[in-house]
Amino acid sequence: MSDQSHALIATAYSAPFAAIAGVPAQAHPFPPAQRKLPKLAPGRLPTGAILFGPVALVVLWELASVTGWLSPKFLAAPSTALFTGFELLQSGTLAEHFLASARRAYLGLGIGVAIGLLLALASGLSRIGEASIDGLVQIKRAIPTLALIPLAILWLGIGEAMKVALIASSVFVPIYINTHAALRGIDIRHVELARSVGLTRGAFLREVALPGALPGFFTGLRLAVTTCWTALVVLEQINTSQGIGYLMNRARDYGQTDIIVVGLAIYAVLGLGSDFAVRLWERKALSYRKALAS
Amino acid sequence: MNASAHPLRLPQPDALAVSLRDVTRRFSGRSVLGPLSLDFAAGEFVALIGRSGSGKSTLLRAIAGLDDGVEGEGRLTVPADRSVLFQDSRLLPWKTVLQNVVFGLHAEGSDERGKRALADVGLAGREAAWPNALSGGEQQRVALARSLVRQPRLLLADEPFGALDALTRIRMHDLLFRLIRQHRPTVLLVTHDVDEAIKLADRVLVMDEGRIVVDRPVSLAHPRAKDAGFDVLRGELLAALGVTDTI
Ligand SMILES: Nc1ncnc2c1ncn2[C@@H]1O[C@H](COP(=O)(O)OP(=O)(O)OP(=O)(O)O)[C@@H](O)[C@H]1O
Ligand SMILES: [Mg+2]
Repeated sequence: MSDQSHALIATAYSAPFAAIAGVPAQAHPFPPAQRKLPKLAPGRLPTGAILFGPVALVVLWELASVTGWLSPKFLAAPSTALFTGFELLQSGTLAEHFLASARRAYLGLGIGVAIGLLLALASGLSRIGEASIDGLVQIKRAIPTLALIPLAILWLGIGEAMKVALIASSVFVPIYINTHAALRGIDIRHVELARSVGLTRGAFLREVALPGALPGFFTGLRLAVTTCWTALVVLEQINTSQGIGYLMNRARDYGQTDIIVVGLAIYAVLGLGSDFAVRLWERKALSYRKALAS
Repeated sequence: MNASAHPLRLPQPDALAVSLRDVTRRFSGRSVLGPLSLDFAAGEFVALIGRSGSGKSTLLRAIAGLDDGVEGEGRLTVPADRSVLFQDSRLLPWKTVLQNVVFGLHAEGSDERGKRALADVGLAGREAAWPNALSGGEQQRVALARSLVRQPRLLLADEPFGALDALTRIRMHDLLFRLIRQHRPTVLLVTHDVDEAIKLADRVLVMDEGRIVVDRPVSLAHPRAKDAGFDVLRGELLAALGVTDTI
């Protein structure tokens, strides 16, 4: 036993020298067996593995409901919510409220993005613009949207205009901040290059400044989408007769936890869907960033 | 009336391409350049060497007209059609290779010329690639194509090969030399590499503390091998740079 291990060690040490000396070395396994290096960072998840957590939660939740441990008064079972959702969908109720919410959110998002973009351009490309705009936006940024609700109601009433305006006012901030920062942080070397090839100011804006600020804009847009849904949820709690928020509020009055779960699921789907859409768009628009050795 | 793709621009031996008279530059009061008076003949290949901080880039930027906001005076006469080759390739990542080459050109047929320029630097077929997908040497070749497609009368290059490995650098020397021969622009090449200067230039300037301390024509025949004449010049220039150790 000890003899054998001794022999092994001897082979292992002598083999390289034998090879150098021109003597054919003993057959060695190639690649040589190596002690595995410890992995310091966890590896990448296979696609779809991210769904494990959510699926496990739904399964546990369903089990808890089926066994009666979770009362439907407290929280409806996922299967019940699914069934209710299907019913609402068939009766057309869901579509109506869904569209009302989506219209609010996307109208506010669109207006907010446009305002944020215009302000960022004005402030990022001219000193007078920056002097007039930047300070105001920073102040606006410090005030939470919720705090503006009373004033917005006094000015715009409790209808749609107020809701869309508040969504837009919370959405434009991240768009502005990120686009402005990107415009300000434009690479001085690119400016120099543009000057050395004699670019006009207009061409410089089109070909250098704006494309250079695009990544910043997309960062802002992804934040804006999240902000938009957050604002929507809060605003739909006040005086609505349409929308997912209204549906949920009414369900609370009747203790219909299944409808509340449906509402939450829709918010989640809309939020995730929007984020996904923005990411897809971003990946397409910024495809040049990927360095593919073609 | 259309100009042919490569209009023949015969070098006029007597024409001055660049002329500097009592040019000075200061950074926050500290004199960095000059007073300097200097002439480059049209078609001349001038290499500028000098230790770090001696003012080479400051001079090049002054000639390129990229130094407004810098204090200084003096008179500069420089052709309007000049292009600059920077140390980094300075490609715009959101433009394809071809778009980068013709960046700022609007004349009809620019794309065709751009494609030819890319073929000249050995990158035919890579027109649609993104700069990020190219190696460092390839990116610098695109930058060279961008400089030369304009057929400048003056090419200003500030250590354009400084970031490249030795092998790629030698290839780039040959490429630059070959392409320069087609249109004969006046060239100002700033470099740290004495061998590079001797290999390529018609004239070598050594700068020290903002002044030209050596102005030396190089009359060796091309292609220049590292023979005795080369070594003598090399020793001379290294001495002017304050380097005594000649290998
Ligand atoms: N923007 C600036 N502000 C202040 N000082 C500067 C500026 N640019 C250059 N200088 C100074 O001017 C001097 C000359 O600089 P320059 O860049 O011309 O040197 P160089 O010869 O090109 O050096 P290197 O070989 O390292 O590139 C240096 O002392 C540098 O510190
Ligand atoms: Mg320099």
